[in-house]
Amino acid sequence: MFSILAQIAAGELLDGLKAIGAGLAVLGYGLAAIGPGLGIGMVVGNAISAMARQPESAGMVRTTMFLGIAFIEALALIGFVAFMLMLP
Amino acid sequence: MNFLALEFPPVSHLFDWPTIWLDDTLLAVNKTVLIYIAATIVTMLIFTLAGRPRESLVPAGIQHVAESGVTFIEKSVVMQIIGPDGKKFMPLLTSLFFFVLFSNITEVIPFIQFPANGRMAIPATLALMVWLIYNVVGVKKQGMFGYLKNSLFPPGVPWPLYTIVAPIELVSTFVVRPFSLAVRLWANMVAGHLLLVTFAILSAALWEIYYAPAVLPFAMLILMTGFEILVSFLQAFIFTILTAVYIGGSMHPEH
Repeated sequence: MFSILAQIAAGELLDGLKAIGAGLAVLGYGLAAIGPGLGIGMVVGNAISAMARQPESAGMVRTTMFLGIAFIEALALIGFVAFMLMLP
Repeated sequence: MNFLALEFPPVSHLFDWPTIWLDDTLLAVNKTVLIYIAATIVTMLIFTLAGRPRESLVPAGIQHVAESGVTFIEKSVVMQIIGPDGKKFMPLLTSLFFFVLFSNITEVIPFIQFPANGRMAIPATLALMVWLIYNVVGVKKQGMFGYLKNSLFPPGVPWPLYTIVAPIELVSTFVVRPFSLAVRLWANMVAGHLLLVTFAILSAALWEIYYAPAVLPFAMLILMTGFEILVSFLQAFIFTILTAVYIGGSMHPEH
């Protein structure tokens, strides 16, 4: 019986822990995506209402919107990079 | 990794390419390097062909592509962000846009299907180049002392807060800017490539079992290919626009 336990501890336990680690990494990426998702939603929503109110300023608003998206998106991407690095 | 009983290749298989020429030297050539060389040649070729003298005044063919690209950069990047005195950065920004675009777009070109910017080398080099340029421009325009003062001590902040603001601005201007510029481009391309590979493998594996369910991931693959074309354009545009923002910030400090 102890030999069986030792076998499990040697091989399968490590695999199981690795799977749990991968699951946690995915969970962490999901958490890292929440905030930027909300932020990009706010930026784009407000940009659309600004463009609807003043269609003549659409070009300027669009450029600024992409800038805002780029700055926010960096956070989500850093979460993605950490996720990729942490995968076993 | 193993999901749905199909073998997903390890990530290194998707991004590491064997060297095919000049092994074990600094100049080793692999698929990524070939894509970069091709992107450089295509960029130079477009503008050389477009700039050659011709009889008719109406632009046609490749000249039209180059002229609309230049107009796009001038209208939506330089004039919006830097202003009329940013015109001298037009060559830099235009070639940056086209080079980044051509090395991104290989992600969806059949039989190449690898975004060269999915490797960190060129994004990091470009970000370092941009870092050098905006610092040199700032020192030239405002002087060493003025540039440091304007970037570390933004006006309009009550003076006790400068003990907190100055270190934050130091890190954000000189460390985070180039880092985030490189990571943004690179991680977008890595994520897009992984997405396309995932759906391609999924549809191939389902096709092996039975043909009908493979339609779903294949439709998703086509949708994602369209999305990745958009992302390639957008990332090239964002890289250019952020370069313009940083240069513009060094040229016109906030008063």
